[in-house]
Amino acid sequence: MGMATTKSEFHVLAVDDSIIDRKLIERLLKTASYQVTTVDSGSKALEFLGFCEDVESNSNEPSTSPNNQQEVEVNLIITDYCMPEMTGYDLLKKIKESSSFRDIPVVIMSSENVPSRISRCLEEGAEEFFLKPVRLADVNKLKPHMMKTKNRDCQKAEEEVSSNEKIASLEIKSSEQTQAEDGNNNKRKATEAEEELSQDRTRRRYNGLTVI
Amino acid sequence: MLGLESYRLVADMNRLLALLFHQGVLDEQFLQLQQLQDESSPNFVSEVVNIYFNESEKLLRNLRALLMDREQWEYTKVGVHLNQLIGSSSSIGANRIRNVCVALRAASEQNNRLGCLRALDVLEHEYCYLKNKLHEFFHIEQQRVLAAGIRYPNPMQQHQHHP
Repeated sequence: MGMATTKSEFHVLAVDDSIIDRKLIERLLKTASYQVTTVDSGSKALEFLGFCEDVESNSNEPSTSPNNQQEVEVNLIITDYCMPEMTGYDLLKKIKESSSFRDIPVVIMSSENVPSRISRCLEEGAEEFFLKPVRLADVNKLKPHMMKTKNRDCQKAEEEVSSNEKIASLEIKSSEQTQAEDGNNNKRKATEAEEELSQDRTRRRYNGLTVI
Repeated sequence: MLGLESYRLVADMNRLLALLFHQGVLDEQFLQLQQLQDESSPNFVSEVVNIYFNESEKLLRNLRALLMDREQWEYTKVGVHLNQLIGSSSSIGANRIRNVCVALRAASEQNNRLGCLRALDVLEHEYCYLKNKLHEFFHIEQQRVLAAGIRYPNPMQQHQHHP
């Protein structure tokens, strides 16, 4: 398993239990100028991403480990379907169920052409399904999926900046008003501003409060 | 003289490959491997093929042991080994080996013991044949590299200014 550097623009995590296929996919991805990390199992993949499932809680939303290694950005995950213990499909499900990682595009590879398997994976959110042996032509199809996420991240960043600006102006307004009001009102407005902030952060989880 | 030697060796390599393709021993996946080899990864094909040989020998030994067992046949294990061998063979373009594995898998699923043992014999024979031919191929390639005086990295780069 190699450590990722941030030289190239895109970083792909490849998962396959076959050492030959790992070598092959690594070479294919490097030829296409991507940064590559290969692992031999789904659990190692999750570990690499920084997954840490809270076994005690009932929620099936894994949280990221607090002592996550350096911020590893993975732009795409390509995984074999048939693997012992955790199949590629299981891995796909875990990723799509996670709030932190569901935006990472996932591609499935398989040596068997089973239509029901293919549609199941696509329904679960896989971007593509490649039949093995994987070719350079297949790997060249990956860029648009990675670009999509990058663009979405840029948009997200822009939205956050503009919403932070909104909140900043709200806080100024409310602090101007509270100079003439009770201490209680002060607290209420501050809480409301915080609610606005948390509203944006949790993507419009409606809490019934409105802010002027 | 060196130049002519080089050409002769290249011709030998091509002839050998053409033969293997014609026999169906190798398929176009092998060509895909060659296309992935370049200055940054000059030994890619031989590296992958050597890994394949190491892995395959283990799998073949295990298969022989499983199928020679008079008492009990562990079909699941046989299936798992065969799937691995089928996968890796198709990844390097070892077409005939892959086909024999598929036949062996079918025989095993049908509880055809005799068919399995026969297929295993053929499989081991095919494997030996491929190994010999590919070793020959890499040997000629090594000679060609020496004869042409090529040193990796690319000799063109040696003429460039080194920092």
